[in-house]
Amino acid sequence: MLRYFTIAILFFFHLNLNGQDLEMLKIEGGVYIPLYGSQEEVQVEIESFYMDTKPVTHQEFAEFIKQYPQWSKENVKALFADASYLTKWTADGEVPKHLKNSPVNNVSWYAAKAYCECQDKRLPTTDEWEFAAKASENSIDAREDSLFNQKIVSGYEKPKTYLKEVGQSSPNYYGVYDLHGLVWEWVYDFNSIMITGESRSNNNTDANLFCAGGAVSANDLMNYAAFMRYAIRSSLKARNTMSNMGFRCVKDYDDELELNQ
Amino acid sequence: MKTLMILLATVLFFACDNVEKPESNDEDKGITSKEEFNDLSIFNITSEWTTQHNKQIEFKDLQGSVLAVVMVYTSCQTACPRLAADMRNIEKQVAEKGKENVKYVLVSIDPENDTPERLTQYGKEYQLEGDQWLFLRGTEETVREFANVVAVKYKQISPIDFSHSNIISVFDAEGVMQHQQEGLGVNNKETIEQIIELSN
Repeated sequence: MLRYFTIAILFFFHLNLNGQDLEMLKIEGGVYIPLYGSQEEVQVEIESFYMDTKPVTHQEFAEFIKQYPQWSKENVKALFADASYLTKWTADGEVPKHLKNSPVNNVSWYAAKAYCECQDKRLPTTDEWEFAAKASENSIDAREDSLFNQKIVSGYEKPKTYLKEVGQSSPNYYGVYDLHGLVWEWVYDFNSIMITGESRSNNNTDANLFCAGGAVSANDLMNYAAFMRYAIRSSLKARNTMSNMGFRCVKDYDDELELNQ
Repeated sequence: MKTLMILLATVLFFACDNVEKPESNDEDKGITSKEEFNDLSIFNITSEWTTQHNKQIEFKDLQGSVLAVVMVYTSCQTACPRLAADMRNIEKQVAEKGKENVKYVLVSIDPENDTPERLTQYGKEYQLEGDQWLFLRGTEETVREFANVVAVKYKQISPIDFSHSNIISVFDAEGVMQHQQEGLGVNNKETIEQIIELSN
């Protein structure tokens, strides 16, 4: 058992030595009530995990493509990305200079997932992402804070925030930047269904095709910003790409890694 | 938990191993393998699956067959038996037309519980037996990925319960999706026609 962990840890540092930016911070686990929960289990338990402090940038994604050219704009399979994949990139994989430090966008779920996996990380689950994103600059849970919510919603209204550079605003309670304000972010289980109970009372999943369809199962309708995120996610297919959609990675937390840091 | 993490880590490494392959033939500009599939083909998915007969396969091993694919789990009491019945009904009508190059694939969305033994048992219970019937068990990861390919949404509600969308997808012999039937208890006519046409 220990041997596997040693291998995992060695791999971790191997990546580090390879110059991969491993700026991650621990998000202390806990229990929270997501916007959407099943009726039986309203509370969700989140285990501690590490989260990238910033969204993945164009520069970082360009390095990934150099190593894994099957994810270049030129080579990517249509099964894994739609036509607007990396639309602003030149065919030879170059990013316009002024975009290098801005969040990578127009990436599909498959590409985002592959990026994280190739760094021994993974995409966050919806619950993990939302759990970390409910923190404001000084509060671990700012969902009741109207100013916090207003700031997020007004961020959604601003055009072209994806052109901004990462890490320019204030970090949240955990030290994580830009969960709000720049881009929407892919999560691992973005395709989780909203309606619950195996559709026993409602065999028609069409309700899920509409933004407001799942609203009946929302626990807190006041949280409009989170509601928009759930709606966006449920409208996506994994090969879709959008100019205001990026991602960041997370990693499981375990004691041994912390001891070695 | 630890075992699970190791398992997950293994899967992740494996997933990356797969994509690392083209590194060795950089001159080919990252062409994934000697085999070139249609860009939209599910044969581009390189994950490994276990069948109800405990055999390891990849989707590309199914080349040449028209595929009717549905995602189910064996402890499901409501929707899945009806989906299984739909599949049986489709198979019967296609077989009556003498079409044999069709495979009926049931992908488990509950890889933790749906062992090959359990899948075999399920096939017996629902009379989904014979070479044309294929049950696939993946990992949490590969199932999530495949669900995304067929746009099936699912969420685990309890240890034995999932909510999921009811979709039967039809792939041509090259692995390209050509048709989807959504919902429960819908008319299978169009799906059957599609399969017959594709298997000509």
